[in-house]
Amino acid sequence: MLNKFLFFVFLFVVFLQFGFVDDDPYFTITKKDVAFKIPKGFPKPNYSFSDNPITPKGFILGRKLFYDTLLSLDNSISCGSCHQQYAAFAHIDHSLSHGIKDRIGTRNVSALQNLIWNKNFMWDGGINHIEVQPIAPLTNKLEMAETLDGIVAKLKLRPDYQKAFYEAFNDSIISTERIMKSLTQFMGLMVSSNSRYDKYITGKEKFTLSEKKGLDLFRSKCATCHKEPLFTDHSFRNNGIAPNPMLNDKGRAIITENEDDNYKFKVPSLRNVELTYPYMHDGRFRNLTEALNHYGNSTSFAAGTDELVGKIGKLTKEETEDLRSFLLTLTDKTFIYDRRFADPNFSR
Amino acid sequence: MIRTPFSAKEQVFIILLSMICLGYSWGQTSEKKKSLEIRFEHFVGSEVLQLDSVTYINPLGQDFTVTKFNYYISDIRLTRKDGKEFVSPMHFLIKEDEPSSKRCFLEKIPPGEYTSIQFSIGVDSIKNCSGIQSGALDPINGMFWTWNTGYIFLKLEGKSTASSMPNGTLEYHIGGFKQPNNCIKTISLALETPLIIAKKKSGMLIIKTDVMELLKSPNDIDFSEVPVVTGVENSQMISNNYQDIFTIIPLERVE
Repeated sequence: MLNKFLFFVFLFVVFLQFGFVDDDPYFTITKKDVAFKIPKGFPKPNYSFSDNPITPKGFILGRKLFYDTLLSLDNSISCGSCHQQYAAFAHIDHSLSHGIKDRIGTRNVSALQNLIWNKNFMWDGGINHIEVQPIAPLTNKLEMAETLDGIVAKLKLRPDYQKAFYEAFNDSIISTERIMKSLTQFMGLMVSSNSRYDKYITGKEKFTLSEKKGLDLFRSKCATCHKEPLFTDHSFRNNGIAPNPMLNDKGRAIITENEDDNYKFKVPSLRNVELTYPYMHDGRFRNLTEALNHYGNSTSFAAGTDELVGKIGKLTKEETEDLRSFLLTLTDKTFIYDRRFADPNFSR
Repeated sequence: MIRTPFSAKEQVFIILLSMICLGYSWGQTSEKKKSLEIRFEHFVGSEVLQLDSVTYINPLGQDFTVTKFNYYISDIRLTRKDGKEFVSPMHFLIKEDEPSSKRCFLEKIPPGEYTSIQFSIGVDSIKNCSGIQSGALDPINGMFWTWNTGYIFLKLEGKSTASSMPNGTLEYHIGGFKQPNNCIKTISLALETPLIIAKKKSGMLIIKTDVMELLKSPNDIDFSEVPVVTGVENSQMISNNYQDIFTIIPLERVE
């Protein structure tokens, strides 16, 4: 009798080890969870996953890496420290990027959403492919400050990672390529396409009068650069904000070494813009009203301002308010509460 | 007995034919072994390169030591006497401090007499734009710019009392695959003694790489004025010196 009891206790412990009991269904990833479909009305993505097919285990490994502080030099911060889901993976209320040991970078943290439609990455577009993008923040001395050698060495010492790599790639070799491909599986699936705006476009929801007026204004004054449905045309432009003398960041010109690109920065998507404050490449505007007031006041435009920004003209208080109401319809609650992208370390 | 539409004679013929085919394909696979070794030997002028310990003098009379010397060799092409070209898809990262990396093995070269070799210093634009790579092209090798995507094609680091940098640093990181700053350079070398690739014998080529030639003709590199080149700006100046850094070291044919 006692033997039988002990046997069941043993079985129970074994099950615990394999996670059959404590696996939180909230963080379980199924095949259905990683099935990618182009949202209705969206163009063909720039990255297709054809050389990096998404699997549940590959996605889980990417998520584990994204939220692991092990990836920084002093094990203090993870990708998720500055890319917070509740802020559409931007860094809420932080104007410049924060690194290890209170180091401060030179640019505002970008939101992570609809990345596979991007042709390049970063405010200056210096990075040409989603798979090599993570190497920059991982190794930047003002951010995570690690080396690829260091990351691979730390991961190799961890049995849980040996298991995770084995499950994702059929053997437990840990390499840069696999780290980047699994991170790409995780971040590439971050698609925001279910805001109130999207429901309005598909006829599922109605806009208020102010939102409707805001959309019309937006289409006549903003939508050439912030092109629907991604709300960016992926170009680099000088939007008229004067260079910050402390940073003197030349933006796109740093990459192209072409003076014509001085002080040009990527047109960011406006999806989830309500959550990604503060705004601009250096985070100088604390809220949407400040940002809209900039565009509506041509007297403050710096030299070299983009022609299209120059054409916006004066915005009345009412127009600014309507534009703001419209921009709030771009918030996608499905995306920011999507359990697939949540930090699994907060298992309930 | 299995019934077939073939007569006994035809069956024997088919079996014989398939045996010949099988034998032929086996012959093919046995040819797949290493068929050429290209060995790079690093020099400074007429002396064998020694990292850290030996001080050299450049054409401007400035002293220098070498602490690191790495470069990518890719797009290796061999031209046979009859004009046919063999192209290798391999990328090699040659590192002075890693002797095994200086031996490059090419496979599946069709037999014949080859009269010239061509290769690039650098990594072609496709590999610079196609996402994460592995092996020689793994960014972990430290030959990759993270903030402005692209491979560093060549790294020459050292020290000089003429350098205006702290600690007398010399640091030449040459790269850039986009016009107008494309630093991928192609080198063509004639093989005065033709290279014989035979079925059962591995061929060998020894190529001398001269660091001194990197620092002169047509552009003499003045350590006091240009101690550091990182990024594409001054890269052209150094990559335009590539043309005469490689020479074939004649090799007695070993039978």
